Amino acid sequence: MKNLPIIVSASPHIHSEKSLKKIMYDVVIALVPAFLVSLYVFGIRAFIVTSVAIISCLLFEYLIQKYLLHTKVTISDGSALITGILLAFNLPSGLSIWMVVVGSLFAIGVVKMSFGGLGFNIFNPALAGRVFLLISFPVQMTMWPTAVVNNTTMVDAVSGATTLGIIKEGVMYGDTITSLSSKIPSTMDMLLGVTGGSLGEISALALLIGGAYLLYRQVISWHIPIIMLATIGIMTGIFWLINPEHYANPLIHLLSGGAILGAFFMATDLVTSPMTKKGMIVFALGIGIITAVIRLFGAYPEGVSFAILIMNAFVPLINHFFKPRRFGTVIKSKIM
Amino acid sequence: MTVSVLYSVLLLVSLGIIAAVVLFVVSKKFYVYENPLIAEVEEMLPSANCGGCGSPGCKAFAEKLVNTEDISDLFCPVGGNDVMKLVASTLGKEVAEKDPTVAVVRCQGSCEVRRKTTEYQGPRTCAISAMIYSGETDCQYGCLGDGDCVAACKFDAMYMNEETELPVVITDKCTSCGACVEACPKDIIEMRPKNKRDLKVFVGCLNEDKAGIAKKACDVACIGCSKCQDVCPKDAISIVNNLAYIDPVLCTLCRKCVSVCPTHSIIETNFPPKKEKIVIKKTEANVKSVKPQKNA
Amino acid sequence: MLKTFSKGGIHPSGNKITSTKEIKRFPLPKVVVVPISQHIGIPSEIIVEVKEKVKKGQIIAKSSGFVSTNIHSPVAGTVTKLDKIIDSRGYKKQCIVIRTDLKDVSNLEEIEYALKEEITLTPKEIFQRISDSGIVGLGGATFPSHVKLSVKEDKKLECLVINGVECEPYLTADHRLMIEKTREIVVGIKILMYALPVNKAIIGIENDKKNAIQSFLSVTKNEKNIDVAVLKVKYPQGSEKQLVKALLKREVPKNGLPLDVGVVVHNVGTIFAIYQAVQYNIPLMERVVTVTGKKLENPSNYWVKIGTPIKDLIKEVGGIPEGTRKLVNGGPMMGKAIKSTDVPITKGTSGILVISEDEASRGEQQNCIRCGKCVYVCPMGLEPYLLMNLSEKGMYEKAFSEDILTCIECGSCSYVCPSNRPLLDFIRFGKEIVKNLQNAKK
Repeated sequence: MKNLPIIVSASPHIHSEKSLKKIMYDVVIALVPAFLVSLYVFGIRAFIVTSVAIISCLLFEYLIQKYLLHTKVTISDGSALITGILLAFNLPSGLSIWMVVVGSLFAIGVVKMSFGGLGFNIFNPALAGRVFLLISFPVQMTMWPTAVVNNTTMVDAVSGATTLGIIKEGVMYGDTITSLSSKIPSTMDMLLGVTGGSLGEISALALLIGGAYLLYRQVISWHIPIIMLATIGIMTGIFWLINPEHYANPLIHLLSGGAILGAFFMATDLVTSPMTKKGMIVFALGIGIITAVIRLFGAYPEGVSFAILIMNAFVPLINHFFKPRRFGTVIKSKIM
Repeated sequence: MTVSVLYSVLLLVSLGIIAAVVLFVVSKKFYVYENPLIAEVEEMLPSANCGGCGSPGCKAFAEKLVNTEDISDLFCPVGGNDVMKLVASTLGKEVAEKDPTVAVVRCQGSCEVRRKTTEYQGPRTCAISAMIYSGETDCQYGCLGDGDCVAACKFDAMYMNEETELPVVITDKCTSCGACVEACPKDIIEMRPKNKRDLKVFVGCLNEDKAGIAKKACDVACIGCSKCQDVCPKDAISIVNNLAYIDPVLCTLCRKCVSVCPTHSIIETNFPPKKEKIVIKKTEANVKSVKPQKNA
Repeated sequence: MLKTFSKGGIHPSGNKITSTKEIKRFPLPKVVVVPISQHIGIPSEIIVEVKEKVKKGQIIAKSSGFVSTNIHSPVAGTVTKLDKIIDSRGYKKQCIVIRTDLKDVSNLEEIEYALKEEITLTPKEIFQRISDSGIVGLGGATFPSHVKLSVKEDKKLECLVINGVECEPYLTADHRLMIEKTREIVVGIKILMYALPVNKAIIGIENDKKNAIQSFLSVTKNEKNIDVAVLKVKYPQGSEKQLVKALLKREVPKNGLPLDVGVVVHNVGTIFAIYQAVQYNIPLMERVVTVTGKKLENPSNYWVKIGTPIKDLIKEVGGIPEGTRKLVNGGPMMGKAIKSTDVPITKGTSGILVISEDEASRGEQQNCIRCGKCVYVCPMGLEPYLLMNLSEKGMYEKAFSEDILTCIECGSCSYVCPSNRPLLDFIRFGKEIVKNLQNAKK
């Protein structure tokens, strides 16, 4: 036994290459395409909002851990970084800096740290931060800059609306979908991102690329995104078939708003989603149904954030009821 | 407008009256008679709920005291003799007086004297590390240093000395509830009588290995040489499996064993410094004063 | 389609660096340290005294109950002391120390026994021979074999399963044994099939041991009742319950035994030991041990006498390499890390693994991120994150109702956890406490 002493620990003595850092940084990489599109479409403001969100999330986590809780500082694990990016992706690019900071404080301080830190929060911090800002500053949070290519100015938000917003308002005032079709972007525009909306939700294609990367790296599994999107598609599809002039077609619903961003990055958040595949299916079904209901019948044009937060609250219950089958037992439809 | 206000007030008042009536009826119908003595005794107890008496909490102990005929073998270590006397006089029963005891850590194998030969990686709780293996040193009987005893103490009477990696008992605060004894997976902590001025003499080692192996593992190990047993005037020391043990009942705190132990394994606490030291100094001075004369 | 079990499992790298090394005979040890407890059950009772001369194969400690077994001296020599020697867990346990007589003929010559196919004993004699020869499960569990083979009247035995899986990384002892002693193992299988009796046997081998599969296929070509099944490489395929599920699609019921689904499982090493005991009356005195490690000079497989100190083995393969930080008795997933090379080889030691700095340390523990990977890989359908939480908080009743006692301690959960949480440590701890509580209730 030379130099350093022999280590004794309990088995197993080998470990897989998976680590927390690798998972977190994979998510960051998956968000890069969407970030690049937002830079292209919204210009320098996108960069400012994103970096302010990231910096303030990291700063608040550092301050709270070091000076308030006196525990180990863990900002290098990447979770605050992701919260910052995702929070920014849910905001309009014209939002004032101080509002972004307040949102970060709520997301990190209230939603994450006060529940116990990483792994203990029940609600998705970025989404809860976004909803907090939406409710506190409803006007500023719904001022969408028009999508202008090569935007390098810092012009204040000009009131352009999102696709879903146009549809919801139009239908409320009695317009038919066909009459609105000139105002809403084409499918190609929605895929690529030349549309109004929050920083991160505009380009379906960029988000799908990111989602595919996450699936490939086995950070997330297909259950939540596919089932959630399928449910939204089917529910909106049913109503569109019943009354195509009153309800938009499912493709528009899937490609616009926060559906794809929510499906691949927010609902699949490891901490706030269920632990078993069966539970994930139920979770995704719930989100899909609630989103569709809010979008079709509710007052808000966009329902994904609320749907995910509501289902987050059900996750402990889902984990309790949907346990994996124990080896050597037969499922006799036991619900306990 | 006033009518609707009137209606609201009437509704709420009637709701309140209904609730009050229901509560009254229920409290009478489901009333559980409890001997008022129990509450009285419970007031006297220290409310520490530590379980040191053997009952799950002070209320349960109060019940036991009131309902048992002969309470002479029941004792609250936290309250001590004073509380037990009070309880006894209230209930008209007799209690035995017990000598106060205090927790004693019977391992002195600090990092300095008991060298670490391996490094442990895993949960830092004694319960688990004892289960996994015998510890980072070559003494399998010694303290693991992970602090389950400190965590178990509800009275803040223990802390972990960072340098020696051994737990320390603050004897003033120790209520001898026994939680630390339970928590230690190696039975290192023992309750010994807290004599006047907290004087104690005990063997600070649990090593049952043969002399050579024990000494190699730890400098202050008990090697079972039985010098202490030979010198004890009251036959209070027994040697079993290469390990000495001082019976606290027979020991008269004469400390002959302490000076005779070759490995300094026997510990004495809170004794004043021995007078012999002054004597030694005198003889040294005498020796020194003799030598120069010779040279000159 | 390769057979496999459906629930959970992981794919650690095989690292079978010794799979091409033929088993060598380890040189005679000068001193042999034989523990009296090398098996599950009651420790054996010592029947020799200090200074007594013992013959090779003589019983030095006898079975002291039903779930117990005999221990034989692996060498001819003199008993020097009955002392407490350190075991794998660092605690000193009672051992018989024998100094080998280096001039004794029986120690020096190693007879190569020819293949004997004829079975001359009756079933009763066979079981008695197995019981007397001190044979225990050599896969690592060390359960006394004669106890496992005593089938109660109310259970029906349909199939004998031979475990040639060796799913642990690094270990190749069973692999080499299967290649070099194929015919003997098949005779051993036939002996058991005759004695139990049972009319079907399946040999399960993982797909990374193609030469062993070929060897068995050719030897059992004309055997109607012995099949060879190729299994997908997945850990823990070698676990009894997972093996039965993969081969026969039957799940051993919770808290039950393979016998409840008509199956009895034995390791190939145990079968070989049974062959030797029944055909030539040789008791269990030695076994195949893989000594391996990425930085070792000369990693090899050896026939080692029970009781050989591990330090002898390490010396033989070139000594401990620079930068070694961990020594494991067994495989990397379920073996025990030892603190001293004075620990002897026992009946259950399948390998000695030398791990260097880069692989030896555990990562830093972080919060549980509820990723669900531990649930996904658990082959028994448990929720390790929950069991660790319950054990930590002392909620043992709830842990019992969450089936903590069915954990097979394979280590898959701790292996995959991205936050390096010591899941298995706490689950083992919880199991101990729950077992004690359950026993106290009875």
